[in-house]
Amino acid sequence: MTVQRFYLREVVSGLVLTAGHFFRNMGKHIAHALGRKEARGAVTIQYPEERRPLAARLRSLHRLVRREDGSPRCVACMMCETICPARCIYIVAEEHPNPEIEKMPERFDIDLGKCVFCGFCVEACPEDAIRMDTGILEFASYSRHGMIYTKEMLLALEPAGPDGVPRSPVPIPADRTV
Amino acid sequence: MSAALADFGIAFGRVALMMFFVLNVAAILGWVERKQSAIMQDRIGANRADIRIPFTKVRLRVMGLFHPLADTLKMLTKEDFLPARADRLLFVLAPFASVFFSLVAFASIPFGDTLRVGDRVIPLQAVTLNVGVLWVFAMLSLGVYGVMMAGWSSANNYALLGGQRAAALMISAEIAIGASIMGVVMWYGSLNLQEIVRAQGELLFGWVPKWGIVVQPFAFVLFLTAGIAATKRIPFDLPEGESEIIGYFVEYSGMKFGMFLMTDMVETTVLAGLCTSLFLGGWQVPYLLADGFHFPWGAVIGLGPLTVSLLQVGSFVTKVAVMIFVLMLIRWTLPRFRYDQAMRLGWLGLFPLSILNIVVTGAVLLAWGSRT
Repeated sequence: MTVQRFYLREVVSGLVLTAGHFFRNMGKHIAHALGRKEARGAVTIQYPEERRPLAARLRSLHRLVRREDGSPRCVACMMCETICPARCIYIVAEEHPNPEIEKMPERFDIDLGKCVFCGFCVEACPEDAIRMDTGILEFASYSRHGMIYTKEMLLALEPAGPDGVPRSPVPIPADRTV
Repeated sequence: MSAALADFGIAFGRVALMMFFVLNVAAILGWVERKQSAIMQDRIGANRADIRIPFTKVRLRVMGLFHPLADTLKMLTKEDFLPARADRLLFVLAPFASVFFSLVAFASIPFGDTLRVGDRVIPLQAVTLNVGVLWVFAMLSLGVYGVMMAGWSSANNYALLGGQRAAALMISAEIAIGASIMGVVMWYGSLNLQEIVRAQGELLFGWVPKWGIVVQPFAFVLFLTAGIAATKRIPFDLPEGESEIIGYFVEYSGMKFGMFLMTDMVETTVLAGLCTSLFLGGWQVPYLLADGFHFPWGAVIGLGPLTVSLLQVGSFVTKVAVMIFVLMLIRWTLPRFRYDQAMRLGWLGLFPLSILNIVVTGAVLLAWGSRT
C-alpha cells in the first residue's frame, strides 16, 4: 500500500508494459510492411475488406428452399408462424397447381425488424422448407417497411459456400435507393 | 540600409522557422496521438480518411496522415456558436489568448548554436532573451487567463467550475515547475536558455556529457510531472475529462474549440522543447564541438560549420520527438488523478520535494566550492 502510494515505481512499471506493447507491435508492423505477411501488429479486422470467419452453425438471413420446379417447398402449414416468438412471419396460403401437394404460400413475409433470429421456425418446419444458412448478415434499411422481406426475395437466396462466404448478393428491399 | 533590411529578414526568418516548426509539430501530434495509442493498444488507429487522385480510382491513405487535415476542415466548416448570455468579447478572446501564449512560449527555446554566415552571426533561436526561462514560464502562466476567461464568459456553471479547476491545477503545477527548475538554474548559473544549453556541452569526469538529466535527475522527474499537470493532459485532465467531466470549453464549437485542442498540442510541444533544453542537452550532440567531434579517447572528426549546425538542429528535433513520445506514452498509460489527489500531489508532494532539491543542490554546490 505504501509502495503504491509513492506512485513512481508503479508508474514506471506501467510505462514499461505499454512501451513494450508499442515496440513489439511496431516491429510486427514494420515486418509486415517489409513482406512478412504473417506478422500482424494489431488484432483489428478491417471490416468491409476483411471479415472474420463465421461459425458453421450461425443463424443468418432466412431463405426458402425451392423444389426442383422452382416452387417453394413450403406447404403453408403455419407451424413457423405459430411458433415464432416475435411474430414476424406472415403467411397467406393458396392451392398448389400440383394436385399431390395440398398448399403453397401465396405470401411469405418475414419482418426482419422484428425477427430475433432464434431459429425456432427452422426447427418447427416439417418440410425443411426454411433455413438460416445464407451467411448474409448485412441487411439494413432506412425504413421499417424496408425490413420486410417477401417470398420472392427469400426464394432467390442460395446457401453460403462451404467456407461460409455468402453466394447470393444481399437482397435489396424495394424502397432502398442506394 | 540593405544591412538593416537583411537584419530584419533574418530576424523574421528565425521567428517564421520556429512558428513553422511548432505549428507543424502540433498539427502532426494529433496523428501521432492516434497512431501511437493504437499501436500501444494492439489496434490500427484511424486510417480511413483518403484523398482520391482525380480521374482515377486510386485513393491515397498514407497511414491516416490526412486525418488532421480532415479534422481541421471539419472544424472550420462547423457552426461557430455563441451562447446567448455569453460575454461576447471575452468568449471570442479566450481561445486566441490561450493559443497565443502557448505559441510565444516557444520563442526563447534555442534550436541550435550560432550560425556564422559571412561576417554575420545568427543565433539559432527565435528571440535571444537573457531571461529565457522566466519568459517561458511567464507565458505558460498567462495561459491560465485564456482558460479562466473561457470558463467565466461562457455563462455556464459547468464551464465556470471547470475553469476554476483548471486554474487551481495550473497554479499548483506552476509553483512546482518554477521550484524544480531552480536546481538547474543554480547548477548552470544562468536564466538564459542558450547559456544553459551551452553549459550542458561540457563533460563530467571527462566522458559523461553534463546534461541536466545527469546532474539533476530528481529535478527532471519533478519537472516532468509538474509540466504534464500544467498541460492539463491525461493523468491530470481533471479540468475537462474528454469522456465524462464537463470542462471549461463546453460552450465552444467549430474552430474556437479547435484552438483549445491546438493549445493542448502546442503546450505539449513546448514542454518537450523545454525538457530538451533544460535536461537533455538541447541542441548538443555528445562530443560535438564547433569544429567537429572530439571523442574522449582522443579521436577527432573535423566538420564544417554548416554541417555542425545541421547536426545540432537535427539533434534538437530528435530529442523533442523522443520527449513527445515519452509524453504520449505517459498520457496513454496512466489513469486520471482525482481533484484532491492532484492538489495534494502538487502542494504536498512536488512543491516540498522541489524545495528539498534546491537545498540539496545548494549544499552540493557549496561543498564543491564552485560549479565548474
